[in-house]
Amino acid sequence: MAEIVSLSDGIAAVVHDGDTLVMEGFTHLIPFAAGHEIIRQGRRELTLVRMTPDLIYDQLIGMGCASKLIFSWGGNPGVGSLHRFRDAVENAWPVPLDLEEHSHAGMANRYLAGASGLPFAVLRGYVGTDLVAQTDTIRSITCPFTGEVLTAVPALSPDVTIIHAQRADRKGNVQMWGILGVQKEAVLAAKRSLITVEEIVDSLDPQPQEVVLPSFATTYVAVAPGGSHPSYAQGYSLRDNAFYTEWDAISKDRDTFLRWMDENVMRRAPAA
Amino acid sequence: MTAAYTSDEMMTVAAARQLHNGTVCFVGIGLPSTAANLARVTSAPDVVLIYESGTLGAKPGRLPLSIGDGILAETADAVVSVPEVFNYWLQPGRIDVGFLSAAQIDRYANINTTVIGADYRHPKVRLPGAGGAPEIAASCREVVVVLRQTPRTFVDRVDFITSVGFGQGPGDRQRLGLSGSGPRVVITDFGILTPDPETCELTLVSVHNGSTAEDARAATGWPLAVSPGLTTTDPPTEEELTVLRRLEATKGA
Repeated sequence: MAEIVSLSDGIAAVVHDGDTLVMEGFTHLIPFAAGHEIIRQGRRELTLVRMTPDLIYDQLIGMGCASKLIFSWGGNPGVGSLHRFRDAVENAWPVPLDLEEHSHAGMANRYLAGASGLPFAVLRGYVGTDLVAQTDTIRSITCPFTGEVLTAVPALSPDVTIIHAQRADRKGNVQMWGILGVQKEAVLAAKRSLITVEEIVDSLDPQPQEVVLPSFATTYVAVAPGGSHPSYAQGYSLRDNAFYTEWDAISKDRDTFLRWMDENVMRRAPAA
Repeated sequence: MTAAYTSDEMMTVAAARQLHNGTVCFVGIGLPSTAANLARVTSAPDVVLIYESGTLGAKPGRLPLSIGDGILAETADAVVSVPEVFNYWLQPGRIDVGFLSAAQIDRYANINTTVIGADYRHPKVRLPGAGGAPEIAASCREVVVVLRQTPRTFVDRVDFITSVGFGQGPGDRQRLGLSGSGPRVVITDFGILTPDPETCELTLVSVHNGSTAEDARAATGWPLAVSPGLTTTDPPTEEELTVLRRLEATKGA
């Protein structure tokens, strides 16, 4: 059964130097508070996995927490570049960053295989693209029934997956709704998991198109109100599109970035 | 009487006109999303917009900044997971039109959104990457591409093939086993290009009002073919412009 812990205790328990770490949330429910706590705890040499690195991994990469990134789209949605990601790839700052690059369809299927306990997934994808030559984890496979040649990608089975959700009950059952991306698959694919939530409630009233992660399927739950900002939690907050736009200027310059991180992350206490 | 408009507005309007009532469209963020929503509010109210965040049939009243803004989920017919949107909806060929943009495009409409520069490991510019585009370009019945035309974006060979148009020419899509028929039209701020039915090479078939074939040639990094039947694009109507400006004013609000 999931144990309800503080955010800082939860991060300390599940994230260690050198881990393969997934933090998912497809535009919605991105676990920023957890990301900030990982930065404060000074983790290093992480392999970061996420379909869309977004601002959260721009921050982890810029603070030197990562040595490798597995991803499929590394931009600031609707705004432009992720400058810390670009600086790491183009100039190895602050440390070199290895890339393992996929498409969204490939990443989604890698999580699906991980959640299903399979070694790989099959899809129609990547054929004719230059990704095949650059990414060792894209191979072809022949269908044993039809002889058709398809694409195989290996399962993602991370050491730890962290997501943010709307709420949990006191037993640690987690409820989320709205755009849910690959969060369920990412949690079920991982050895350990931590779910941050807006609040803990006595009972989980049904919501349209909800997903409930039963307590027995996760490791830790921590309360982090507003923990997805500047992303959002449907029913609790709106996406802070203005901040996504402001991030372009904050992150463009190394010193401005470091100053912002110092003031807004390093000097802030984690949520209780 | 025609109101004054920018070349970007003309491009978005021309792109919106590519979508029709009942078309099921997989929408990329940025220019495609603006054009797709313009079509939905003006000429094609029953166009079905699908975003890779898993929102099927989204009807946003204001333009989203990202593919996952809450307004998309709140107005969608259904919200499904990301594995589902790619595996159940895109891969089997249920989607009519893939609506994409690009950082570079070549004469065979191959698209690059990955790196600028010859060395993938040491790029001059690291771009965002593939996202949903490779499989959208492979599996939608057809593809519409919208991007600004300059010698840096319209290149003889893309530095990296992120998404396949017609590969190296005729027959390549069939050889690769791609189920969709590939790019049907490319809309730019100068005009409209379509692949030649025999050579698959992008050919200028229409110029926007105020632009010439020479302008388009000068903005292209290969000797651009021009159709003998070259036409001029109808300028934006008052309604198209009014709605477009109203949508733009609400982006990400």
